[in-house]
Amino acid sequence: MVASSDSATPPLLEMKEIVKTFPGVKALSEVTLTLARGEVLALVGENGAGKSTLIKALGGAHLPDSGEILIDGKSVTLRSPQVSQREGIAIIFQEFNLAPKLSARENLFLGKEIVNRGFIDHRAERAQARELFGQLGMSIDPEARCENLTVAEQQTVEIARALASDARIIVMDEPTAALSQQEVDKLLSIIRRLRKEGISIIYVSHRLEEIYEIADRVTVLRDGETVGEAPVSEVSKSQLIEWMVGRPLEEEFPERQSNLGPVRLKVENLSRGSAVRGVNFELREGEVLGISGLVGSGRTEMVRLIFGADHLDQGNIIMDGKERRICEPRDAIRNGICLLTEDRKEQGLILIHSAQENFGLPNLQAFKKGFLIDGKAEAQAFETSRKNLKIKVSSGSQKAGQLSGGNQQKVVLAKWLQGKADIFIFDEPTRGIDVGAKYEIYLLINELVARGKSILLISSELPEVIGMSDRILVMKEGQVMGEIEDARTTSQEAVLALALSE
Amino acid sequence: MVVALLALCLLFSLLTLKRQPGIGPEAEAEMLGVVINLISENELALIVGAANTDSEALARNVHQMALDSSRESVRLIIGGPRDLRLALDAMAANGESLGGIVASGDVIKWRVIEQLPDNFPQFSGYELAVPSERLWPDFLKASNLLAIVERIVVIAIIAIGMTMVIITAGIDLSVGSLIALSAVLSATVVKKFGGVDAPAWSVGLGFLVGILSCGLIGLFAGSLVHRFKVAAFIVTLGIMMMARGMAFITTGGFSIDQVPNSFVWLAQGSILGIPNTILLLALIYGSAHVFMTHTRYGRYIYAVGGNAEAARLTGVPVGAVILLVYTISGLSAGLGGCLQASLVRAAAPNMANMYELYVIAAVVVGGTSLSGGSGRVFGTLIGAFIIAVIQNGMNLIGIQSYTQMFTLGGVIVLAVLLDKTRQSGGFRQLLAGK
Repeated sequence: MVASSDSATPPLLEMKEIVKTFPGVKALSEVTLTLARGEVLALVGENGAGKSTLIKALGGAHLPDSGEILIDGKSVTLRSPQVSQREGIAIIFQEFNLAPKLSARENLFLGKEIVNRGFIDHRAERAQARELFGQLGMSIDPEARCENLTVAEQQTVEIARALASDARIIVMDEPTAALSQQEVDKLLSIIRRLRKEGISIIYVSHRLEEIYEIADRVTVLRDGETVGEAPVSEVSKSQLIEWMVGRPLEEEFPERQSNLGPVRLKVENLSRGSAVRGVNFELREGEVLGISGLVGSGRTEMVRLIFGADHLDQGNIIMDGKERRICEPRDAIRNGICLLTEDRKEQGLILIHSAQENFGLPNLQAFKKGFLIDGKAEAQAFETSRKNLKIKVSSGSQKAGQLSGGNQQKVVLAKWLQGKADIFIFDEPTRGIDVGAKYEIYLLINELVARGKSILLISSELPEVIGMSDRILVMKEGQVMGEIEDARTTSQEAVLALALSE
Repeated sequence: MVVALLALCLLFSLLTLKRQPGIGPEAEAEMLGVVINLISENELALIVGAANTDSEALARNVHQMALDSSRESVRLIIGGPRDLRLALDAMAANGESLGGIVASGDVIKWRVIEQLPDNFPQFSGYELAVPSERLWPDFLKASNLLAIVERIVVIAIIAIGMTMVIITAGIDLSVGSLIALSAVLSATVVKKFGGVDAPAWSVGLGFLVGILSCGLIGLFAGSLVHRFKVAAFIVTLGIMMMARGMAFITTGGFSIDQVPNSFVWLAQGSILGIPNTILLLALIYGSAHVFMTHTRYGRYIYAVGGNAEAARLTGVPVGAVILLVYTISGLSAGLGGCLQASLVRAAAPNMANMYELYVIAAVVVGGTSLSGGSGRVFGTLIGAFIIAVIQNGMNLIGIQSYTQMFTLGGVIVLAVLLDKTRQSGGFRQLLAGK
């Protein structure tokens, strides 16, 4: 499978000493990468290592300052997305490029419609769409609107679109970030099919397990440079992590001394429609309560009820022995509950506003001086939090949208910490965050419980729930299926068994 | 934006540069010199100014300065050629002797002065003095600058409310109609209390009724937008038509011009020599700026526009913010209506047609994004002035009104394009769609 050693035929794609600078930042310095025909190359690196810039350079969105890109041994200048497409490169971004109101077929043939005497030949398009989807092992109704498709189906439409435009190189950016385990398996089998047909894949992912499962070779970026490159069979997981973070990582989850206090939060019979059905549990001071379950099991919906983000049909929320009326997030916040949402970009932060403004938003009351906000006090508080949480920002006025996933999560955390919250609900806190920043988030969670805070931790990654929680609730179809009393000694199989039980 | 405004001012200053009769302290000192040194104390010096022009101020000041220098034989004449003629007739009848006429450029062209030697042969050897001319643009005359402020004050004040609404990613199309409704309501109240003879308190009451009614209508629009999630465009489009209809119903389609002087004071009076319009603009813009940048609700307005869901999940009372901005928009439109009626000394149900579009243009030219979350109050003020300066400048250099409309539209498009270019760091980036 590894063809790069064959000197007779040049590799399909070669990127040599690519340099790209943005005002004030060197995003790529001397990145080198080769991709053989029919090869799956994993591209890994921490956030900010330069993966996105490299992908965009391939997609024709960024023109490198220097360096050379060779396709079939011939030098090319990818000066626009159109040129890139013509060279057979297709990029599938994390956020799909699909028109949500158009059908799968219309999206598939957008810009290259099959035209017969000036009219679109719907029948031919439909037939070809079915064939393409079939080829990928998925049965998608070509006439279904894209917004009604699942994430995995939308992804398939994107892949089919790449095939329809005769792509030879498909770049997938974090393709499994929003997929359930079954969907991931399906995607990997699609990738295997593509490889068999001689299509080369650049697979960008944080999930090392997947890389070992699917990739032939791996290229590691750090600080805009290629720091390692090897066939996956010859490189260990710890070696990979060391390349990525630049130092050996001790263990995946930091140690914690649990010290449980009295019950802080008690929910009774929490219900909303069919999404959440009669959930009961207690959360103690200094406790991390993990909430596990498959995607769609009602975990997020359940914690949104506690936070007042949605209205509950029935149920009681009792804090410190007293029942609280929570109708809006404002009520929850007043009672010391905060939610770190799964979707930081859409729900956690205002991306076009600065990190400091995001930080200050729920805490303005505390910075008031008479009728006005004391901007200096706000800036000082932000500066203190920035130091404590090691948030990497160029200044408080840097836009939240420009920060990496880990730093965005820290800004969200900082704004709640400033507000003296007692109960922190983390919904997928490490999704889309690189290994180094993940570890820091874990340390922060441990620090919070050490200070007597209580934590609800939702995570789809079983090792994370098991490694971080004191107790685990397992949900399915809106109900609690069971509780694992001592999370440290349980196994992934035990949690899964509960999640799948009838 | 400030640069664009200054560039426009410079452009129109250059285009309207011409020789002007002198005004101001220098010209006044020069004329005083003539009165004191060249005209005998025993003869009468006439100081003439055309009413409501720069020469009136000049004449009044010179007259006062002459009296202050204890020169008694001066006479002030403010008005038109007829007033001067009558004064000369009176002098001839009383057998007074004319020592000289002091006037500015416009007056000297009056025929009564040209024909003076023929009509009044008894006056001879008198001085005829005008201040030396100076090179000065029409655009930068104090009277013209005040005219610009009067032209834009209504739009600029309403644009504050509009800025807040647009920062929440909304829009308020009803403000033009609310101007008319507020004007008509306040004038109707004043009419009920006696029209031209109405007491000052009734004028205050009328303005209050106009402003508060529009505030209530804004609150209504905000509650529809928030509670029923109807698009703001549609809600305010409907209210725009309803409010215009209400204005017509209130007066039965007629305009009301029986208003007392106290009614006109709001827009045409002055306090301590500063015109009320300028005072109002400074006061309202100053407080709006502080509100938007230094208060909790100001910050909430930006947050709701930046990402309403994230703001709600951060504890921002999104509903209250929406109600607040539409209410403020209504109130500012109400105030704008009172000002407009006061400026033109009448209230008509068809007034301020299309003003909502000028207001939105001012906000957008001022750099506020229609997609919400960003924008500055002072940017809007500059945007409003850019529009006013362009209109005024084109008037001064004599461009036809149809051409003016075309040009103004083009400038608005250009301004927004330039702003986008600046934000995305260059025209090529903008073209590339980033």
